[in-house]
Amino acid sequence: MPYTNQAASLIDAVRAVGEQMIAANPVELAVGNIVRRVLHIIREEDLSSTTTAIEGLGLSDDDVDGDENEDHPALSAAVLAAAARSTLRAPSLQTLLEDIPVSAAAPPNSSSGGDSEGRSKSAEKSSRSRKLKHDVIEAMNELIQDIDTCHEQISEQAVEHIHQNEVILTLGRSRTVKEFLYAAKEKKRSFRVFVAEGAPRYQGHVLAKELVAKGLQTTVITDSAVFAMISRVNMVIVGAHAIMANGGVVAPVGINMVALAAQKHAVPFVVVAGSHKLCPLYPHNPEVLLNELKSPSDLLDFGEFSDCMDFGIQGGSPLLHVVNPTFDYIPPKLVSLFITDTGGHNPSYIYRLIADYYSADDLVVQGKSTS
Amino acid sequence: MDHRRVPRAVIDPKVRQVLVVTPPIPRPSHPRPARLRRRPPLRPIPVPTPTLTLTLTSPLRRRRRDAALVPVGSYNPSEPLLGTPPMTSPSSRADADLNFSDDAPSPPWIGRTGGGKVASSFPGSSGEMMAAAKNLPKSDLTTASVVKTLPGVSETNKGALVEMQADGIGATGSQKQKTTKAERRAIQEAQRAAKAAAKEAGGVKSAAASTGEVLAASKQAKAVKSPSQKKDGPQVTAPVSSSEKKVGDRLPEKDRKKDVPHPRMQFDDINRVEKAKRRAVVNQSEARNRVELFRHLPQYEHGTQLPDLEAKFFHLDPLHPSVYKVGLQYLSGDIHGGNARCIAMLLAFREAINDYSTPPKKSLVRDLTAKVSSYVSFLIECRPLSISMGNAIRFLKNRIAKLPHTMSELEAKSSLQSDIDRFINEKIVLADKIIVRHAFAKIRDGDVLLTYGSSSVVEMMLVYAHEQGKQFRVVIVDSRPKLEGQALLHRLVKKGLNCTYTHINAVSYIMHEVTRVFLGASSILSNGTVYSRVGTACVAMVAHSFRVPVLICCEAYKFHERVQLDSICSNELGDPDVIAKVSGRKDLNHLSNCVDNENLQLLNLMYDVTPSDYVSMIITDYGMLPPTSVPVIVREYRREQLWI
Repeated sequence: MPYTNQAASLIDAVRAVGEQMIAANPVELAVGNIVRRVLHIIREEDLSSTTTAIEGLGLSDDDVDGDENEDHPALSAAVLAAAARSTLRAPSLQTLLEDIPVSAAAPPNSSSGGDSEGRSKSAEKSSRSRKLKHDVIEAMNELIQDIDTCHEQISEQAVEHIHQNEVILTLGRSRTVKEFLYAAKEKKRSFRVFVAEGAPRYQGHVLAKELVAKGLQTTVITDSAVFAMISRVNMVIVGAHAIMANGGVVAPVGINMVALAAQKHAVPFVVVAGSHKLCPLYPHNPEVLLNELKSPSDLLDFGEFSDCMDFGIQGGSPLLHVVNPTFDYIPPKLVSLFITDTGGHNPSYIYRLIADYYSADDLVVQGKSTS
Repeated sequence: MDHRRVPRAVIDPKVRQVLVVTPPIPRPSHPRPARLRRRPPLRPIPVPTPTLTLTLTSPLRRRRRDAALVPVGSYNPSEPLLGTPPMTSPSSRADADLNFSDDAPSPPWIGRTGGGKVASSFPGSSGEMMAAAKNLPKSDLTTASVVKTLPGVSETNKGALVEMQADGIGATGSQKQKTTKAERRAIQEAQRAAKAAAKEAGGVKSAAASTGEVLAASKQAKAVKSPSQKKDGPQVTAPVSSSEKKVGDRLPEKDRKKDVPHPRMQFDDINRVEKAKRRAVVNQSEARNRVELFRHLPQYEHGTQLPDLEAKFFHLDPLHPSVYKVGLQYLSGDIHGGNARCIAMLLAFREAINDYSTPPKKSLVRDLTAKVSSYVSFLIECRPLSISMGNAIRFLKNRIAKLPHTMSELEAKSSLQSDIDRFINEKIVLADKIIVRHAFAKIRDGDVLLTYGSSSVVEMMLVYAHEQGKQFRVVIVDSRPKLEGQALLHRLVKKGLNCTYTHINAVSYIMHEVTRVFLGASSILSNGTVYSRVGTACVAMVAHSFRVPVLICCEAYKFHERVQLDSICSNELGDPDVIAKVSGRKDLNHLSNCVDNENLQLLNLMYDVTPSDYVSMIITDYGMLPPTSVPVIVREYRREQLWI
C-alpha cells in the first residue's frame, strides 16, 4: 500500500500542477508533453520498483539485508502483494475502485502506527518512498539532460543526410535546423541554403544572418517564391512546433505550403525535432484548435486602415478582418522523414515512440478529484 | 516531296461550325511564296460568346488577305477610345518584340537593315509585296546578334522573310503551297525566331546592343545610334561573377535547323553584356552578389538609374519626351501592372507618332519602325518588358509595316493613331468588360472568393458583382515585398465589400473557408502555364489541394506562343534590397549589416509560373476556356490580331 500510495500521491501532485500549466497555454504542447513524460516516469519507476520488490520477496527467505523484510515479512508480503496487484494489473473498474479505499485506508494505517511496528513500518515506508522519489528524480534529470542535448544528437545525423552540392530549403528559423546545418558544415559538406523569410515574424532573416556568419552560401527569398524555387531544391528541412500522434506536424505558418510544393516536385520533406515535442494527442481540427491568432498589426498598419474600419456600413459588423495565424498543420503523408534525437523515423512509426514515452492513463491530464 | 501532297481544299470535318461563317473569298492565284506546310487549313473556330451586344463580332478568321483592309471584326477604327487612363505610355522598346509574323521591320539586332524594305530574294516569294521583305545580307546576319544567338542566321531570316510574307498573305488559305523541305524548315525557323523573340520579360538588352551594331548598315542607323552615342562611358562595375561562356548556350550552326526557340539576351555571357552596356542608354551597374541560378537574367543595382536618367532628360533628342517620361515611371515603379504598362506605353507611342515627321529622303515606314525600336530598347533598359507590352509592340510594328506607300504622312500618322486607340479599346478595355461579365456568372451568393495580389480585371469583376447585388466575401492574400494587396484592400473596403486580409503563409489556414479563387495573370503561355506575380503558384497549389476551383482572368492579347516549364528559365528580378528591409517594421534589420557579405544573396523574383493542372478555367474575352485551349487561341486569333 505504501508503494501504491506513494506513487499515486506523486501522480496526483504532478497532475494537479500539470493541469494548471497546460491550461495556461494549451497551444504550447511541449508543456503537456513534459507533464505526461513525468507522469509516465513515475509510473514506470513505480512499476520497476514493484517488480524488483516482488522478486526480492521471492528471495526474501534467503535474503540477509533488508531488515525490514525480516522484521515484518508478513506485512511486507501483504503490502507487496497488494501493491503488485494494483500496479501490475491493467486498469480496470476493480482496480480503480480499489485504489480509492487503498489511499483512504493508508492514512489511518500510518497514523495508527505508534509502536515499534509502526515505527519500523514508517521507516520502511519512508525508505521505500525515498527510493521511489530518488528514482523518479534521477529519471527526470535524465529527461532534462536529454532535452538539453537533443540538438547535438540530432545534429550527429546531419552527415547522413546532407552530401555534396546540395540545395536545402527552409522557412523561418528553427534552432534545431540551424544546429543541423552547422553540423553538416563542420563535416565539410558543401551545400547552399535557401531561406524563406517566414512572414510575419521574418525569423528567416535571423537564420540567414547566422548561416552567413558560419560561411554558408545563403539566399534569402520571399515566401511567395517558394514554389518557384523548389524545383531546384534537393531537400526541405524544417523544424516543428509539435509532432502529433498520427505523425502530423504542427509547424510555423507557411510550412504547409512548402510541404505541398515539395510533394509536387518530389523533394524530400524532413522534419527535425527533439523527442520532447512528441505529443500523444491526435489532432482534431488542428488549424483551429491548435492554432493561435496573433495581432493584425503585423500585417496592416492601423493608421493606414483606420478609415476602413467604419462599422456603420454593414449594420455594425466590421468590413475588414485580418487573419494572422501562428501555426500550420501538415498531414503525415506530406512528411518524408522525422529526425529526432532517437534517430530517423517514418511518420507511421510515431505511435510507437509515443507508447515508449507516455502512458495511456495520462492522455487527459486532470487533477483527480479526491473522494 | 511536295509532289506527294495535294493542295487541300476540303473542309476539315473535325471542326464543327456552330456560328454561321461567311465562306472565304478565294485567294487570288498569284504565285505564293513558300508557305509553311504545317497544318490543316485554318477554319474559323467558333467560340460562342454569350449574348453581349458589342460591336465586336466573334473573331472569325478571314482568309482574305487584303493589305489595306483586314477587317477582323467590325470595330470601327475611328471609334473613340473609351476611358483609357491618361497615362504616359512607357514606350517600351520591344526589341524582343520581333515582328516576324508579318513583314514588319525586323528588329535591328538580328542584323536586318532596320526597316529596310527590300524585295525578298527568296525564290518563289514574289507575290504581294510585304512592306518589309528584307533582303538579308548573309554577312550581316552572322555578325548580327551580339547578344542573341540567332539560330540559323541567314536561313532563319530568309525563312522569316518567307514566313512574314506567308503570313502577310493572310495565312493558310484553302490551298496549300508546295514548299521545298528547306523552305519549310526555314519558315519554321523564322516562325520560331519570331515568336520567341516577341516577348521577354527577361530583359532584352540585346536590343540596344544589336541596335547599334546592325543599324550601322542601315540608313536609319543614325536615329537609333544617337542614344547609344549619348551614353557616356558606361559606368561598369565589373560583373561580380565571372561568367565563362557557356558553350551549350551558343547554338552551333548545325543547330539552326533544330527546333530551338530563340534565346534571349544572355546575361551570363560576359562579352555580350559588355557590348550591350556600351550601347545602353541607362547606366546599369551590376548587382553585387548575383544569385547563381539567375545568371542568365539581368540583376542590376536599383536606385542608381533614376537620377542618372533624369539628368539626361534634355540630352536625349531622339527619344520622345513622353516615352522618356514613361520610362522613368517604369523605373520608379509608378506604373505597374500589365494592362497599365501596356496602355501607358501605347499612349506614349501615340504621342510620339503624332509629333513625328519623316526626315527627308527616308521612307516613313522604315524610319518610324526604327524609331519605335529605339524607344522600345530604351524602355527595356528601364524595366524589362511584360508580355502584354511585347504583343502590343508587335501589333504596332505590324501596322506600321502595313501602311500603303501611297498614303501621305498625315494620313499614315492618323491611321496609326487610330489603330493604337482601337487596340487599346478592343483588346484591353472591352476585353475587360467581357471578362467581367463572364466571371460574374461564376459567382454565387454566399461565396467566399480569394484573390492574390492586385489584378485589375479581378478587381473590376469584384466591384461589378458587388454592384449587381451578389452577396459574397473576399479574401485578399498578399505577400512581400510589393504588398500590392493592401491597395486593393483599401479600394474594396471603400466600396463596401466584406474583406479578409492575410499573408501568403496563411493561405492554408484560410483556404478552408474559400469557395473560389480568382487570379489575374501577366501572360498565359502556350503550354497552359500561367505566368503571373510570384506567389500565384503557391496559392493555386494550395487551392488545388483543397479542391477549390481556380479561375484565371486574362485578356487574350496577353497570350503568347512561348512555353515555359518552371520559373527559373525566364523571369524578372527586382530590387534585392527590399528583401532585407521590411517596410513598416523598423526593428527588423537583421540583414542590414551583412548585405555585403559574399555568402549572402537576396533574391527578389517578380514572376512565377503556375502549372496548368492547378488551373480550372481561364476566363478571356473569347470566352471561358480550359488551359489546354490557349495555344488554339494563339494560333487562331493571334494571326488575326496582327492583321488588324
